[in-house]
Amino acid sequence: MTADDIRQILLEEIGNIAPEADLGALDPEVDYREKLDIDSIGFLNLIIAIGKRLKIEVPEKDYARLGTLSGAVSYLVARKRG
Amino acid sequence: MAFATIGKAGKAAAAAARLTDYDTACANFTWEMARRELGELPGGGLNIAYAAVDRHVAAGKGARLALRWIGKDDRVRDFTYADLRGASNRFANLLRRLGVKPGEAVFTLLGRQPALYIVALGTLKAGCVFSPLFSAFGPEPVEARMSKGRGAVLVTTAELYRRKVAPIRDRLTALRQVILVGDSAGSGDGPLGALNFETALAASSESFEVAASRPEDIALLHFTSGTTGKPKGAIHVHEAVLAHHITGQYALDLREGDVFWCTADPGWVTGTSYGIIAPLTNGATLIVDEAEFDGPRWFRILAEQKVTVWYTAPTAIRLLMKLGAKPVADHDLSHLRFMASVGEPLNPEAVVWGIEAFGLPFHDNWWQTETGGIMIANFAAMDIKPGSMGKPLPGIEAAIVRRLEDGRVEKTEVAGATGELALRPGWPSMFRGYLDEEERYRKCFADGWYLSGDLATRDADGYFWFVGRSDDVIKSAGHLIGPFEVESVLMEHAAVAEAAVIGIPDPVAGEIVKAYVALKNGIAESEALRKELLGHARRHLGAAVAPREIVFARGLPRTRSGKIMRRLLKARELGLPEGDLSTLESDTK
Repeated sequence: MTADDIRQILLEEIGNIAPEADLGALDPEVDYREKLDIDSIGFLNLIIAIGKRLKIEVPEKDYARLGTLSGAVSYLVARKRG
Repeated sequence: MAFATIGKAGKAAAAAARLTDYDTACANFTWEMARRELGELPGGGLNIAYAAVDRHVAAGKGARLALRWIGKDDRVRDFTYADLRGASNRFANLLRRLGVKPGEAVFTLLGRQPALYIVALGTLKAGCVFSPLFSAFGPEPVEARMSKGRGAVLVTTAELYRRKVAPIRDRLTALRQVILVGDSAGSGDGPLGALNFETALAASSESFEVAASRPEDIALLHFTSGTTGKPKGAIHVHEAVLAHHITGQYALDLREGDVFWCTADPGWVTGTSYGIIAPLTNGATLIVDEAEFDGPRWFRILAEQKVTVWYTAPTAIRLLMKLGAKPVADHDLSHLRFMASVGEPLNPEAVVWGIEAFGLPFHDNWWQTETGGIMIANFAAMDIKPGSMGKPLPGIEAAIVRRLEDGRVEKTEVAGATGELALRPGWPSMFRGYLDEEERYRKCFADGWYLSGDLATRDADGYFWFVGRSDDVIKSAGHLIGPFEVESVLMEHAAVAEAAVIGIPDPVAGEIVKAYVALKNGIAESEALRKELLGHARRHLGAAVAPREIVFARGLPRTRSGKIMRRLLKARELGLPEGDLSTLESDTK
């Protein structure tokens, strides 16, 4: 699975939580939670959904690393490799 | 009972508590005691902001740290009591210069940032009414509240303005001045004529004569939700500070020099009563963290800031439990003396988890927007029955009652009997009305009692236990959500014929909002439409209020008078007995 595949899955799942969001305009380096109005419950649901899609368990201590697109992609790529 | 009582006998923190002997304190309590502690303005009158800030400066304690703000990027800004006094004076002067009259409402739509505290205190000093909004609200909830509250001034950021206010600006007819916090005010994002908060403050004088408000003058307007109709604006007066002050001591064990962290969002009543007022009147230092929930960060703040008293919420505690961490093993939490929780009932597992994780139990307490302050609590020196909300505060009479047909109520003395939780009116922070809704206010009282709408029991030892709501209001992540507000927005969508909204249990948030939507004839159900509706709801209501789950239904159960039977939807959702269906008119399962 490439970084692009993972980015695609991530965007799809963000789109499931916040369907109104304009994901094309999203800066990969900013915290998308604030930009897209994803609160802590929404973020938790997002991480659970991504975990299911990628068949990995994201430990809670790593949640903060998934707050930006680029951070999430590099974290998830590393996890899929590991 | 599944969970053993947590005994306090012999515990050092219990022996040194502000409230050591509950029965004696109840027997001897008078509100006059609180009034004496807080004193008056030099020229007479009672003003919350004076009691919270200026009083300490006048007593020579201006150099004490009042507020430590921690930015998302870990930047720290400190404010002494003297700093807060000066900054809030400047804001009060600004309001005067803008021609804002005493009694007019100043709204904030802000996250946790220093401006919020300055605005709250400055507004009160000017004799104006402070009304905080939750920054996760979408445009519709903002509009409903600001219109009802006739907000004359709004303090927000350019970003929040653009997303949440600009779409409804033309409906805010009472709004005269927008003030934008932060650097972006001049970037063209804000509305024409908006002031920059920092610049306007710098141009205002630091000396101000605090408004000699009377105890019954309106100070705070906090919005809350009912089952039907628009949100209600609960009115609180300056005298409420007596309750904030004394309940801070009794229920949160607050004292001078404490480092106190209240994690509640400033947009809700807890964020004002205990996020601003009570800790300041008691001479504590407030810790304010700008960032959203982040477990490891929270543990770090507790340790680094040497927090002594921590007031948080069940959703946050359950998220921390999921971390599976033992913070006490990795952090120096030796300063932490007392932990409390509010928002929705704290499950007994979480109370007990506190001991494993922090070496201290969580102390749950109960109150509402309408009560203005903590009414029932687990105290530092009182044994905890995990899962119970505790006992009434000194000065508060609580009972379990049943509404009778003739409008009277009957108090039940039977231990364990379920009824409505009622309070004897007269405590200082009791709401004085719902803005412009006398009838709705009157309905909250019967036979000499305030009826809370919460169902509860009281056991033989006098501990109260939450059972549920007597209405359809949803409690999600500590926020009260009115189903009508959500249904109205869903029904504004062209594809929707009708909508019903209920709360379903959630292991983290307590409840989450679920919507049942029936589409208009000829419109097909599809995943794309479901997402469109979700996006529509989020855009208008914001993340905190919008449904987390939307399902299509062919029709919704209604009574003969046309009211949606949310109770029936909920029973079906939970697989519970459907109860009395005699009024059911239409139903397509």
